[in-house]
Amino acid sequence: MENLIASVLAATIVAGTPLILVAMGELVTEKAGVLNLGAEGMMSIGAVTAFGVALAGGGPALAVVAAMAAACLMALVFGFLTLTMMANQVASGLALALFGVGLAAFAGKPFESATLPMVAPLRLPLLADIPVLGPALFRQQAMVYLSWLIVAAVLVFLYRSRWGLVLRAVGESPTSAHAVGYRVIALRYAAVAFGGAMAGLGGAFISVFHTPLWAEGMVAGRGWIALALVVFATWRPLRVVLGAYLFGGVMIAQLFVQGSGLRLDVPSQLMSSLPYVATIVVLVLISRNAHTIRLHSPASLGQPFRPDA
Amino acid sequence: MSHDLRTKYSRIKWRLAARAAVKVLVLGLAMSAEAAEAAEPMKTCFLYSNPIGESGWTYQHELARRALATSMAGRITTKYVENVAEGPDAERVIRNFVQEGCKLVFTPSFGFMEPTLKVARQAPGVTFMNGTGYKTAPNVGAYNARYYEGRYLEGVLAGHLSKKGLAGYVSAFPIPEVLQGLNAFTLGMRSVNPNAQVKLIWVNAWYDPGKEREAANTLATLGVDLLTYDTSSVAVVTAGEEKGIPTVGYYSDMARFGPKTNLTSVVQTWTGFYTRVIEDVLAGRWKSAHTVGGLREGMIRMAPLHASVPPDVREKLAAAEKDIVEGRLQPFAGPILDQAGRQRVAPGQVLRAAELDKMNYLVNGVDGTPPK
Repeated sequence: MENLIASVLAATIVAGTPLILVAMGELVTEKAGVLNLGAEGMMSIGAVTAFGVALAGGGPALAVVAAMAAACLMALVFGFLTLTMMANQVASGLALALFGVGLAAFAGKPFESATLPMVAPLRLPLLADIPVLGPALFRQQAMVYLSWLIVAAVLVFLYRSRWGLVLRAVGESPTSAHAVGYRVIALRYAAVAFGGAMAGLGGAFISVFHTPLWAEGMVAGRGWIALALVVFATWRPLRVVLGAYLFGGVMIAQLFVQGSGLRLDVPSQLMSSLPYVATIVVLVLISRNAHTIRLHSPASLGQPFRPDA
Repeated sequence: MSHDLRTKYSRIKWRLAARAAVKVLVLGLAMSAEAAEAAEPMKTCFLYSNPIGESGWTYQHELARRALATSMAGRITTKYVENVAEGPDAERVIRNFVQEGCKLVFTPSFGFMEPTLKVARQAPGVTFMNGTGYKTAPNVGAYNARYYEGRYLEGVLAGHLSKKGLAGYVSAFPIPEVLQGLNAFTLGMRSVNPNAQVKLIWVNAWYDPGKEREAANTLATLGVDLLTYDTSSVAVVTAGEEKGIPTVGYYSDMARFGPKTNLTSVVQTWTGFYTRVIEDVLAGRWKSAHTVGGLREGMIRMAPLHASVPPDVREKLAAAEKDIVEGRLQPFAGPILDQAGRQRVAPGQVLRAAELDKMNYLVNGVDGTPPK
């Protein structure tokens, strides 16, 4: 039983990790006032790049760096269109999502029959020996620990650093930030680039660490889920983490319930939709205070900013 | 023959080259079209619902197309369009096929049935073959395979090799074709080990490698010592390979994705059937029919067994396969009980094709959520 709980928890963490990575990037992007709906496309590009590099013998670390760079480049194209050329952010983001998925499918054709060796988990000394929690939390792949560090870094940056404050100001009121002398467009570029890099990281996690293979469409909507998480968590990093693990947890739990011989009188299709329902319901319930929503949502989200206007 | 044609082409083109530039272009096109008409290879076109990839349903059809393009070179030319959504998109592509001069069109997907029939009504001179659909028309044939025969054999293998008598099954959607495979596997396994259980997890997706992998891992944690699936990715086979749990595969020969653990696969092989269809159309003797084949007709075959399978099991499996081919063994022969213990097929009776197409229950021995 103890073993079973540890397994469910461990699988939950793994299922939530790509969502956390991508959602952290998207959260910072949106906090700067830019809505980039292209996460699915950037993840796909990241996934295919990472897989290609790892397959060529680059090792997981180089694969991750390459994936972040490739997805970052995609994000910068989006940035150029929306920030410099003032194109509509929603339309450009959707285009980026479709383009990225298609381009990744095209670029990945030669890799489709290949698989990679599994990346070994990293046991954290001492912590890994705690009963239940040890095997669940501290015998994971390095990327899982990295995702926790990134969450901590985003928290510190957004709420404990001067530049984090500036970034939030840019997202709230770009005109005021501009008036006191901050370079709104440059900051937004930086936020968009970070969002791209994180989406690339999430993609790399899927294709090199979680299921070490490449196949067209393997991101399977996780980019869209990450986008939704940011909104339902009302732009608060810890709630994003909660939402991601909740989503992963319910998904894994329903697989275990199906396999455990426990017969609930519920169609399996309904069980499969549970992660979505549960995540939305919980996040909406804990975030239903209109005042705090207003406090945390970036007021200028999705609106273009023209410095000379 | 094609060489002669080419010299003829170039002679025509040389003569035309003497004329005015614009006329050359216009006339040249017209004349080469005419010349081609004389001994034209039959244009044979394939419509795929998914990307081809390196394994799976579409890949198997593509393997057949590639084989035909070589074996019947000069008599047919082939063309395919992949990743076409079922519905209006499919209709548009099929219509294009007809306009481009395709004389024989294969549409191997259930969702292509209606678009195929619709276009076929307006193109009586073209022959259509729809895979896994059930409707036919004077110029539309349907075909499908008894995949469950292979599933039954995989079950027999699992029955011999699973020490615990506990196999794990990652399944896509509770539809009749999937249930046939699932039930046949279980019946095959129980024919060897009457107490065997098949733990089932629905992932409710045809294709989601992450979810398929998690389902396989879950089953492994719950103690199964053999894995199989009917979803489309290679995730279950690779998960088995990592954990050292044997797998039996589906659609394609999955051995290269699980060199240490993949025992065998049910492989869909369309080349033979497609060759016969093309020969019939070329000879003008093709007639619309609903063709269903299995191991005997070669529409499915078992991939070579893994080296680790012991000789006595090989013999028993070969005997069971022979019995199915020769009609002595029917996977769905009664008595068959469902999960609740209710009798679905009486002793001495065999499920008929029409009943198979309506299958909506899981047999006794499957440990999983029944379809609603």
